[in-house]
Amino acid sequence: MRTFSMGGIHPPENKISAGKAIEQVPLPAQVAILLNQHSGAPAVPVVQRGDRVKTGQLIAEAAGYISANIHSSVTGKVLKLDEVYDASGYRCQAVIIEVEPADEWTEEVVLNSTLKRDCTLSPEEIIQKIKEAGVVGMGGASFPSHVKLSPPPGTKPEVLIVNAAECEPYLTSDHQLMLEKGMEIIVGTKITMMALKVNRAVIAIENNKPDAITLLERLAIPYSQIDVMPLAVHYPQGGEKQLIEAVLGRHVPSGALPVVTGAIVLNVGSIFANYEAVQKNKPVIDRVVCVTGKSVKKPGNYLCRIGTSVQDLIDFAGGMPDSTAKVISGGPMMGKALINTQVPVTKGTSGVLLMDGNEAHRNEVYNCIRCGDCIEACPMGLEPYLLMSLSELSEWEAMEKECIMNCIECGCCSYVCPSNRPLLDHLRVGKFKVGAIIRGRKNQ
Amino acid sequence: MENKLYVSMSPHIHGGDSISRKMWDVIIALIPALLVSLYFFGLGSLLVTSVSIASCVLFEYLIARFLLKQESTLRDGSAILTGLLLAFNLPSNLPLWIVVIGALVAIGMAKMSFGGLGNNIFNPALVGRVFLLISFPQQMTSWPLPKPFNLHYLDAATGATPLSVMKSSRFDRLPDMLDMFIGNTGGSLGEVAAAALILGGLFLLIRKVITWHIPVSILLTVYIFTGILRVANPEVYADPLSHLLTGGLMLGAIFMATDYVTSPMVKKGQVIYGIGIGIITVCIRVFGSYPEGVSFAILMMNGVTPLINAYCKPKRFGEVKKK
Amino acid sequence: MNVILIAVIVLGGTGIILASVIFLTAKKFRVYEDPRIDEVQNVLPGANCGGCAYPGCRNFAEACVKSESLDGLLCPVGGNDVMKSVASLLGREVVEADPLVAVLRCNGTCANRPKTSRYEGVSSCMAASLLYGGDTACTYGCLGMGDCVTVCQFDALYIDKETGLPVVDEAKCTSCGACVRACPRHLFELRKKGPKSRRIFVSCMNKDKGALARKACSVACIACGKCEQVCTFDAISIKDNLAYIDYNACRLCRKCVEACPTNSIWELNFPPRKKAAEQEVSATKAETGKDATTV
Ligand code: SF4
Ligand code: SF4
Repeated sequence: MRTFSMGGIHPPENKISAGKAIEQVPLPAQVAILLNQHSGAPAVPVVQRGDRVKTGQLIAEAAGYISANIHSSVTGKVLKLDEVYDASGYRCQAVIIEVEPADEWTEEVVLNSTLKRDCTLSPEEIIQKIKEAGVVGMGGASFPSHVKLSPPPGTKPEVLIVNAAECEPYLTSDHQLMLEKGMEIIVGTKITMMALKVNRAVIAIENNKPDAITLLERLAIPYSQIDVMPLAVHYPQGGEKQLIEAVLGRHVPSGALPVVTGAIVLNVGSIFANYEAVQKNKPVIDRVVCVTGKSVKKPGNYLCRIGTSVQDLIDFAGGMPDSTAKVISGGPMMGKALINTQVPVTKGTSGVLLMDGNEAHRNEVYNCIRCGDCIEACPMGLEPYLLMSLSELSEWEAMEKECIMNCIECGCCSYVCPSNRPLLDHLRVGKFKVGAIIRGRKNQ
Repeated sequence: MENKLYVSMSPHIHGGDSISRKMWDVIIALIPALLVSLYFFGLGSLLVTSVSIASCVLFEYLIARFLLKQESTLRDGSAILTGLLLAFNLPSNLPLWIVVIGALVAIGMAKMSFGGLGNNIFNPALVGRVFLLISFPQQMTSWPLPKPFNLHYLDAATGATPLSVMKSSRFDRLPDMLDMFIGNTGGSLGEVAAAALILGGLFLLIRKVITWHIPVSILLTVYIFTGILRVANPEVYADPLSHLLTGGLMLGAIFMATDYVTSPMVKKGQVIYGIGIGIITVCIRVFGSYPEGVSFAILMMNGVTPLINAYCKPKRFGEVKKK
Repeated sequence: MNVILIAVIVLGGTGIILASVIFLTAKKFRVYEDPRIDEVQNVLPGANCGGCAYPGCRNFAEACVKSESLDGLLCPVGGNDVMKSVASLLGREVVEADPLVAVLRCNGTCANRPKTSRYEGVSSCMAASLLYGGDTACTYGCLGMGDCVTVCQFDALYIDKETGLPVVDEAKCTSCGACVRACPRHLFELRKKGPKSRRIFVSCMNKDKGALARKACSVACIACGKCEQVCTFDAISIKDNLAYIDYNACRLCRKCVEACPTNSIWELNFPPRKKAAEQEVSATKAETGKDATTV
């Protein structure tokens, strides 16, 4: 079974919500649509307080190249433009809309669910449509897709890799999406290949989803250019660099863009969004979020509108258990702990994970016993124990020499440390500081 | 929010491995060798081992509690392990007060004065042993002969060990290879039973507490080096296999050199470290004045470990070759 | 005898050879340095704190010797006295600088600012602020984990257990600015120490709109503008929902302190007021955390 070569871990999978059919969450009374749902510059609102907006209508425009459009996910009246807490606990601009019970879609959106296979648009038109629809990476990093699909001059993409590894424990939204929208994903892949002008695509799926692998393999038979590749269950298989290595056997040189290896990696959710954007003219206004956790009453995969609060989602999944001590947006390895459940769902929210007190707590920290487990586990070949002590000593230059900027913040090191050392916490501080130093140097 | 949520950085889950798991695994792996030693050295072995463990635990507790005023770290089992390993390196007829001194040096000098587990540079049990070897050479080098269910302690019959026989190049007096393998020879109480130690080592490998790099590189180096010497002059130099099976080599290679804190972290470094130990051991055994060199070899390479760590870096992902 | 002789010759010879090597190297690679640099360095405090914006005292001494005038060069730790001796050493003029002191612009004590979540992880403000907005609803306020205390070389900061906020010991503070640089929330400011150490400043950095700020913290600046109106010296400006008092323009009349409806303007080291009503104000202020007259 193919996988990446260095490090990695095998956390318990805990895919509690696997195989649960996607359910539509009823429209909430109010949505808060954040303007910074993507990496890059926040979008600029184009509606005003009191405006009535339709579902799918543009409410904020991309500001600059690395940015993305944002559309209204509901029909209703704009209550206000205000700041709300986002997943990181900082306040961020959002458009708050009071929802009307009946959806009224913008005209151009095709609402039927019949499959539309053919696409006669040119690559530029496809990318334009994807850009207009505001598609971003739906796996969590939320990098605008149209930027990814327009690689910088001088690089030549050869392969499209569809990231369907879903290596995070607990999460199942991509898995279920593949099971239910398999054909759309295949067509989406085809369209994305046309946009990139490549003639090979690999859909990479971790081996713990055999049903999705068989299904997509069968659906992909007519498309000789699309391969489905099962990968070993190995965290962080879905990391961009790890995935490229697993699929192509090529290493992304440190400091370079992944595209120099000829590969473009897109999350399977984004591929589906591409399909909807190009074939159905539907912007990203909803997504599948899996609500999961050992104590959740009704774990499952829920299709909800962007801007629905996490609380609404949890209520739909049977309410918040009293024992809940931590709510995580995303998976347990890389997700963000939320400060409260009023935080709205964004394009990058792949799951909501509830943890009870025992699971949520960190253990007592001891001295490093230099066992080297963290080095073994690091998929980037770093020495987390060393980087952590350097960070504690504020030795930023030394950290830079020890390649701190290569860290992908996968968390394998903290996961394995027998002394429960908060390695990644310190590494993040160091990475931030070193990043600032490097930027400062460049600006000089 | 009434119910305040916990917020922390990812990752939010932990693999559940712990120091105590690792330490207890090592202790379990030492049990077969302990049993063999109880069989051959009887009462003496029992006394020395229990006193060594008890005094290590006691000293660690007292020092942590009253000198360093920190929380006691006894739960991680490392003091018990140090005590056990120290005992394994002592002859079973050693007076108990010497054992206590050894424990004090191991815990007090080699471990706690550096700041406890994780900060020490040298393997505590070995420091204790070498200290005793230098301070009490007589008691430390008169090894009792194995005798099933031996009930003699201080007055146990002593005799030459295979190592001293090898030193004097009278190979006809070497015990049977099989005896050396199962531990029916004279020596420190835990080091004689090569078979039991290898069994423990396999357990550690399976439990992923250690990797093969350090033990294999040490044993292989010793084998090759002594093999070359043997080929050069079979009159003077013992055959490589007896080198492997005698003295503290197995114990050292599998349990002492693999101590996390004092061995290099990166695989490449571990191999260098193992080769270093192998070469120094053979040099001391063959050319030096001591019959046994494993302890010194490991301690010397412990001292080099920080240097190895500084220069042996893991292979970085996507490393750009500098031209 | 022979052995001793050989030993003496060998060791002595080696010594002589090495000594001459060192001597020659020292001669050959000698770098000329202005001797005044050493002299200046000797009068500097030697704290190497970086408060002068140079990496260390020696670099500062070099800068003093090399530059034409001492304008813009200030050792905050040594203050005017040291700068005067530097000036006299170099035969230059020095303008007296007003002594500064660090002030914390946050009064979000445990009592004033209720917690909304619980942080678990490394006890470092930097790490926490990278992670999220903090364990209270105010995303601008003090995180209370003492990165500033860690960097302060002069022992002038400590975290008050009760309030959870750092306290500046103004007798020890040398205004080196380490805390200003360390605080990820930029809550410290070096302000003019003022006559008799009297100072007035807005003890809040919350840039949220009034209602929100107030909800997060009972002593937040809500940018109501009352202080701006009462100030007769134009020292107060309001920007981004936050009032700021320019310490150069402020004449310490204390009108704004009375006007502020949320008690977010602080006065330090003033004698207690005469009128009873106003005494109450400062009494509540003392209750809210730090004792206003002794900080
Ligand atoms: S978080 Fe960084 S240092 Fe830790 S294992 Fe992942 S890449 Fe390596
Ligand atoms: S895993 Fe933990 S204990 Fe082991 S070397 Fe890394 S930091 Fe140290």
